Amino acid sequence: MNVVEASGLGKRYGRTWALRECTLEIPAGRVAALVGPNGAGKSTLLNLAVGLTAPSAGEVTVLGHLRAGSPAALDGIAFVAQDTPLYKTLSVADMIYVTRSLNRRFDQPYAQARLEDLGIPPKRKAGKLSGGQQAQLALTLALARRPRLLVLDEPVAALDPIARHDFMATVLAAAAADGVSVLLSSHVLTELERVASYLVLMSRGQVLLAGEVDDLLATHGRASLEELALHYLRETTPEVTR
Amino acid sequence: MTAPTVTARRDEGDAAPRPVPWRRMAGVIWRQHRIALAGVAVLVGAVAVWVWIEGASVHHAWDAAIACHPASSAACQDLAGTFNGTWDQMGYAAIFLQLLPALIGAFVGAPVLARELETGTFRYAWTQGFGRWRWALAKLVTLAVVLVAATGAFSVLLSWCYQPYLAAGNQARGLYGNSPLVTVFSLREVTFPAWTLAVFAIGALAGMLIRRVVPAIVASLAVYAGLAIAAAGLLREHYLTPLVTGSPNVAGTAWLLGQSWTKGGRFAFAGNPPLNLLNQFCSFPQSPGGKGGASGGGPSSSASPFAQCLAPHGYTMWTSYQPASRFWPFQWIEGGWLLALSALLIAATIWLVRRRAA
Repeated sequence: MNVVEASGLGKRYGRTWALRECTLEIPAGRVAALVGPNGAGKSTLLNLAVGLTAPSAGEVTVLGHLRAGSPAALDGIAFVAQDTPLYKTLSVADMIYVTRSLNRRFDQPYAQARLEDLGIPPKRKAGKLSGGQQAQLALTLALARRPRLLVLDEPVAALDPIARHDFMATVLAAAAADGVSVLLSSHVLTELERVASYLVLMSRGQVLLAGEVDDLLATHGRASLEELALHYLRETTPEVTR
Repeated sequence: MTAPTVTARRDEGDAAPRPVPWRRMAGVIWRQHRIALAGVAVLVGAVAVWVWIEGASVHHAWDAAIACHPASSAACQDLAGTFNGTWDQMGYAAIFLQLLPALIGAFVGAPVLARELETGTFRYAWTQGFGRWRWALAKLVTLAVVLVAATGAFSVLLSWCYQPYLAAGNQARGLYGNSPLVTVFSLREVTFPAWTLAVFAIGALAGMLIRRVVPAIVASLAVYAGLAIAAAGLLREHYLTPLVTGSPNVAGTAWLLGQSWTKGGRFAFAGNPPLNLLNQFCSFPQSPGGKGGASGGGPSSSASPFAQCLAPHGYTMWTSYQPASRFWPFQWIEGGWLLALSALLIAATIWLVRRRAA
C-alpha cells in the first residue's frame, strides 16, 4: 500500500505554480522525508495530502487510494502543521479533551502518560508552554489518535537542538513500535540522516528525486543523504528527475 | 503503549468510518467559546437588570397616569407629565439597545472562523476526524441557537419595558404614545433575536473572507449598519400594502406613511397643503393641537386640523398607513427574511470552509 500517491499533481496560487507535475508513490511503513529549500513546494504537497488544499491539477490519494481530505482519510491521518498550531488559551487537558472529542479513536492513557513523562502539566495553558513543549504536545495529540500516517510539516524548524532530538526520538519510537508511517518535511538535512528511510527531494515546485534512501545512495554513489541532496539541489535544471 | 498493527487498521479503514457523533462538538464549542459566551451573558445580564429597574418605574408612572380621573385635572396632568418625561431617557436607551444585537452578533460571529485562520489553528481543526464542514456547521448552528435563545429571552423583557409607550389610547389621554411598528420595532420579540442572528451570520462569513478577527468585526458592524438603515428607512413600510383611508381619524397607534389630497375626485397635492391654500381657508391659533403629536416626523396627528378646515371646500385627505394590528405580521416578515438571509450566509460560509484552498 502507498500512503501517498500523486499523479500529475499541481497547485497554483494566482499565476504561480507552487507545485507542478508531481507524480509520486510513497510506500507505507517508511519514515519519508520531503527535502528541499524554502519555497520548494513541500508544505503545498503536505497540505494537498492532508486535504487542507484542493489541487489545481492532477490528483492525490492517501492510505491506498482514499481521496485526500475524505472522512476515511481524515480518520487515518494525523497532521502536525508548521509552527504546531494549538489553541493558546486552552489548557493542555482541554486540548486533550478537544482532540479526543473530534476523533473516533483517541488513546487517552497514552497521551496522559507521555505528557507526564515530558513534565507538561495538564492545567497549564497551551500558550504558556515552551516551544519544545508545544511541539511535543501537538505530536502527542497526533500520535494519540493512533493514525496510520503521521504527517509533520517542518516539525523541528523552530526548536532548539535538544527539543529537536527529543521530538524526533518520539517520532521514531512511534514509527518503530506502532508501525506508523511518517511523512515529514524539513530543510534541515542533518536531522534527517538518522531517521529517513525514504527520500523525496524537491526544488522549485517539482520533485527531483524520490526513492528508498539506501537504493538512492547506492545508485548515485554517495556516502550520505546530505551529500546526495546537496548534489541534486545544486543542479539548477529541474529536469534531472531520476 | 501497545497499538493495533498496520494490517488490522487497513482492514478497518476499507469501509468508510462511522462519523464522529455530532454531540461531541458540544464540549468542544463550550471550551473554545466560553469566554465569548460569558461576555455575552455578563453584557446581556447587566443590561437586563437596568431594563428591569427602569421598566418598573415606567410601568409605575404609566399605571398612575391612566388610573387618574378626571384626566384634565392638574394632578392628572402632573402624572401624565411624569410618564411622558420617562421617554426622554428611554428613547435614547432604545437607540443604544439597537447596538446590542450588532455587538453580540459581531463579537461572537466574526471570530469563529477568523481566529482559526488568523492563528493557523484551522490546520489543526480541519484535519481532525470530525471533518471540516461538519465542524463548521456544528459550531455555527450551535452558537446561533444559543444567541437566539439568549437575545429572545432578553427581548421579552425589553417588550415589557416599552409596552406602556405603545398602548392604544395613550394619545387621547395626553400621554406619549406611538405606533409599535415604528418605535422600538427592531427591539421586539422576533426582530431582536433575528437581527442578532443576522449579524452573527454576517460576522462568520466576514471572518471566513477577511481571515482576521478585528477587521471582520468592523466589517460586520458596518454591514449591519447599512442593512438596519435600509430595513428601517426603505423596506419595512412595504412589508404589506399600506391601507388608505379618506377618514381624518386614523388610530394613534397606526404608522402613518403619507397623505395625499383630492378635490372633486381628482388628485390635488401630496403631503401637507401648500401655504397659499392654508392662508386662504384655514386660520389657526399659533400652536394647534395638544400633546398628541409627540411622535416626531411625518404627519403629526391622527385628526389633522388641515382636513377639518379644507373639507368644507371640497378637499379630501387620503392617509396611507399601516395599522397597529399588523405588528405581528410585520415582526414575522422581518424575522423571516432575516432568518432566510442568515441561513444563506451560514450556508455560504460552510461552503467556503469546504472548498477553501489554504
